[in-house]
Amino acid sequence: MLNIQDLHVQINGKEIIKGLHFSVNKGEVHAIMGPNGTGKSTLANVIAGKEQYEVTGGSITYKGLNLLDLAPEDRAREGIFLGFQYPVEIPGVSMTNFMRTAINEQRKYKGLPPMAAGDFLRYMKEKQQLVELQDKLSNRSVNEGFSGGEKKRNEIFQMAMLEPELAILDETDSGLDIDALKIVANGVNKLRRPDNATVVITHYQRLLDFIVPDFVHVLYEGRIVKSGGKELALELEEKGYEWIKGI
Amino acid sequence: MASDETNNILDEVTTGEYKYGFFTEVETETIPPGLSEETIRIISEKKMEPEWLLEFRLKAYRKWLTMPEPKWAHLQIPPIDFQEIIYYAAPKPKKELTSLDEVDPELLDTFNRLGISLDEQKRLSGVAVDAVFDSVSVKTTFSETLAREGIIFCSFSEAVQNHPELVKQYLGTVVPYADNYFAALNSAVFSDGSFCYIPKGVKCPVELSTYFRINAANTGQFERTLIVADEGAYVSYMEGCTAPMRDENQLHAAIVEIVAMKDAEVKYSTVQNWYPGDKEGKGGIYNFVTKRGLCKGERSRISWTQVETGSAITWKYPSCILMGDHSVGEFYSVAVTNNHQQADTGTKMIHLGKNTRSTIISKGISAGKSNNSYRGLVRVAKNAVNARNFSQCDSLLLGSQCGAHTFPYIRTENNTSIIEHEATTSKISDDQLFYCNQRGIDTESAIGLIVNGYAREVLNHLPMEFAVEAQKLLAISLEGSVG
Ligand SMILES: Nc1ncnc2c1ncn2[C@@H]1O[C@H](COP(=O)(O)OP(=O)(O)OP(=O)(O)O)[C@@H](O)[C@H]1O
Ligand SMILES: [Mg+2]
Repeated sequence: MLNIQDLHVQINGKEIIKGLHFSVNKGEVHAIMGPNGTGKSTLANVIAGKEQYEVTGGSITYKGLNLLDLAPEDRAREGIFLGFQYPVEIPGVSMTNFMRTAINEQRKYKGLPPMAAGDFLRYMKEKQQLVELQDKLSNRSVNEGFSGGEKKRNEIFQMAMLEPELAILDETDSGLDIDALKIVANGVNKLRRPDNATVVITHYQRLLDFIVPDFVHVLYEGRIVKSGGKELALELEEKGYEWIKGI
Repeated sequence: MASDETNNILDEVTTGEYKYGFFTEVETETIPPGLSEETIRIISEKKMEPEWLLEFRLKAYRKWLTMPEPKWAHLQIPPIDFQEIIYYAAPKPKKELTSLDEVDPELLDTFNRLGISLDEQKRLSGVAVDAVFDSVSVKTTFSETLAREGIIFCSFSEAVQNHPELVKQYLGTVVPYADNYFAALNSAVFSDGSFCYIPKGVKCPVELSTYFRINAANTGQFERTLIVADEGAYVSYMEGCTAPMRDENQLHAAIVEIVAMKDAEVKYSTVQNWYPGDKEGKGGIYNFVTKRGLCKGERSRISWTQVETGSAITWKYPSCILMGDHSVGEFYSVAVTNNHQQADTGTKMIHLGKNTRSTIISKGISAGKSNNSYRGLVRVAKNAVNARNFSQCDSLLLGSQCGAHTFPYIRTENNTSIIEHEATTSKISDDQLFYCNQRGIDTESAIGLIVNGYAREVLNHLPMEFAVEAQKLLAISLEGSVG
């Protein structure tokens, strides 16, 4: 479903992604690991279409579409979801209103009528339970005053609401206590279906005990330098990134 | 087949001659441009005004001649030639169109996006109204309800003819003719407007709104409104309309006076969407308005809620004089400026009575190359023991070429008063927009969402029927401002 060939990306004239190859098929779970500042978030943002990142070479296709031609909102409407490493606050906009707008915009794109208010509220309740997100959070403004962990849980809640085909979770596990980690992982697992795919970016192999990946990749200096199965994560944890540098 | 009775009612409504409506006789004459005592005498004579009103106009005119144009607002106002304005033109009957197909498609598009009903669209754009029976009955019920309660709600000219004693008693008592340059001008030459009187103890059961005024669009450029709520009375009054309003007159200098007696409450809501001029800043209305409320009796309350999106230049400070002990004044404002618009708006809260309270919530939103200023005065007089004020003035900037300014003035002569002022300036960040985009919300909608969230505290004070349209209006006013 996602196919990235020889991708090069610059920020402010500095090359961050330097010839990256990566592909994801339906039903798969991929984990991307790698040291700080090697371009993991950059990759996630480029897939989601953040403008500040300049693609200087290579291609990204998604469901047969040239992804780089699509506006960020259309990528979202085509089923790409990014769980942000640092979710922003939007004061004054309630979570309910935000999600309702998002869902209805996505429905409009698919030619569906807006969801009736009652149906929407019921749907939201159901998804809140899935990630054990407290009711009161949805009455508050988007991420405003949420704790670090609440923000991350809120990302998974939004993912549950939007039912994406390709979800990229950028360090959704960092800052979570062990219970929250289980809840988040549980949410991801419940949403797993044969026709969708998940990419988790993480520093901790611990997450992978809960969300078991089919593939693990190591991103280093803008390239994927090593790929393997779940055992690669264990090996990394044991040997550290010094080991990768030697490769 | 429609019965004769039905036809009669239809006739009544479509011509505006129903009893409590706002029919102003359509005359065809105008007088030559220019302003002099002679002009004022002609206006007064044509309107068959009593002598005292002519005197009021003349005093105002003589005062105006001695006054300089105000220069203190944070505005750039091109010179206005007062001799070029026509001060008396009977409302021109609009060219009657036969269907909406003849209306400017751009205007229709805006109507649709605001969610304005087809009938209302026709009325606003001057298409002959084929009044459906429903709206007839709504209007008749409305008038009957008011009459039963003894409420007077009519045009200013009608009030001068039918209730001269009330007009004389209150006219100019809140905004004296010498108050300021534009108030003096209005007092000299005011064309028409609305008059509203709520008798003692009556809670007006409906929102009084210019919506019911068939001639609303023709009240002219010097509009005058007077609202009096007698002891224990309550009224919620709505002015304006979210639909874009065009006018050939560039200068608008209106006056609104409100009097609230003991235990009375008046809520005044405005949505102002006059033509702001084009993207380059050509054309557009200059809106110089004096609005003031007098909380005359104990425990009286006046609240101003305004959504200002239109006009090339806005100069407007709806204020409250808190004279009665325990009286309350409130000001809730959202002012949006885009392109080359300029707004200098705010309020004055004058605390005179004991235990008086005031609240000011101002949300400025600037985009494009516009300039948006909040100017506010909180004044506590010597005898205003335990006066309290809370002010919150926020500015939201879209883009980097616009300006936001805050000028809060505080003058207190009583040390038992508590005055709090908070101010913030924020921007819509690229990260916020991207976050919305990533959830499938395009940038225009995202701005609408964020701006409405920002203005929510104020919009919550609008009557329901205004609030929904006002929300859409905010989003539409800012279209094309980012991206
Ligand atoms: N807007 C920006 N302007 C300049 N440099 C940037 C910008 N965004 C990212 N970078 C740089 O690009 C590099 C890659 O950043 P990125 O956020 O993709 O790393 P990461 O692999 O996600 O790291 P971490 O594990 O710490 O989250 C870093 O050196 C970072 O400083
Ligand atoms: Mg990162």
